[in-house]
Amino acid sequence: MDFLLIFLAALTTQNIVFAYFLGICPYLGVSRKLDTALGMGMAVTFVMTITALFSWPIFYLILIPRNLPYLELPVFILVIASLVQFLEMYFRKAIPHLYSALGIYLPLITTNCAILGVALFMVLKKYDFIHSLFYTFSTGLGFSLALLIMAGIREDLDLAPVPKNLKGAPLALIIAGLLALAFMGFSGLVKGG
Amino acid sequence: MKSYIVFIKGLWRENPVFRQILGMCPTLAVTGYLSNGIAMGLAVVFVLVASSTVISIFRRLIPKQVRMPTFIVIIATFVVLVDYFLRANYPFLSKKLGPYVPLIVVNCIIMGRQEAFSSKNPVWLSFLDALGMGIGFTLALVILSTVREILGFGTLLGHPVLGQWFTPWVIMALPPGAFLSLGVILGINNTFQKKSTR
Repeated sequence: MDFLLIFLAALTTQNIVFAYFLGICPYLGVSRKLDTALGMGMAVTFVMTITALFSWPIFYLILIPRNLPYLELPVFILVIASLVQFLEMYFRKAIPHLYSALGIYLPLITTNCAILGVALFMVLKKYDFIHSLFYTFSTGLGFSLALLIMAGIREDLDLAPVPKNLKGAPLALIIAGLLALAFMGFSGLVKGG
Repeated sequence: MKSYIVFIKGLWRENPVFRQILGMCPTLAVTGYLSNGIAMGLAVVFVLVASSTVISIFRRLIPKQVRMPTFIVIIATFVVLVDYFLRANYPFLSKKLGPYVPLIVVNCIIMGRQEAFSSKNPVWLSFLDALGMGIGFTLALVILSTVREILGFGTLLGHPVLGQWFTPWVIMALPPGAFLSLGVILGINNTFQKKSTR
């Protein structure tokens, strides 16, 4: 039951894009085409889960026993940056087709605030190891969902006559606003989260 | 004259939020109240100025290959300083801003300025550039949070400014309102930009 709640919350009411405004830069940047959106969503979900896999033990088994919680931020950032670098090298050698599918999105992820955000939330919400993994995975799926919906809309939007001054970022933000409004319809579905 | 231009460009002509569309996450997340917007703006100004100055001082010593990790560690140090300062002195504010203070680390504005400016320019110019960009960012937050607080609660800095007749637009205080108002402001800004370049 716990897991279902975490999953639903991360997908709808606590969606990382619509409720916490994290990962907006890639959200506006790579939501022009459906297939690139899918690639980015996959990459983010993957890195988020791996980040939890590494940063949870580092935080609870190394930093907390030594009373160093203030190193949380630099450590998490370094974990994410080196992880992304490492994954990129590993994929290029071992799984070339996945590497070419993720393409430039992998290095871009280091500066994606959703990844660091989800690691910080994981600590704030005091999840245990298994719950953290599941939470980060669901949040990645939530991000992908938001990205895919947006890309679907923007593909059609390219053909629509829109006011010239609203083209690009302003319109994307307004659409995101309407989507966030729609996602608020889910509130009450999950209590607490 | 040159230092004046370096300082002034961040305020409006290259405003990080309105013109470069950078640093969207805190812009959207903390602008429900004007007080939060100002606090976030000042925190970013401090981190940006401090890290730009330090990186500019060490710019010849940082090897090119590892510059990104170096920058990020320097930035993270100052962000931790701000976070703990807020937690100790303004616990209420710190609670409200929540994880968005530590998230200043990944604010693209800060990394962007190091990469584009302070890793190549002398200390004094880097300081001015960071100050200009930081104030420009704060300005954007102030504009957005003023609009959102007035429409969402009918108050400004907690004081009621609109009379009893006004029914607050609750939606402006919630996430959708953030997206909508920033989108509209960017649209208006584009209109002005077109007019001034013509």
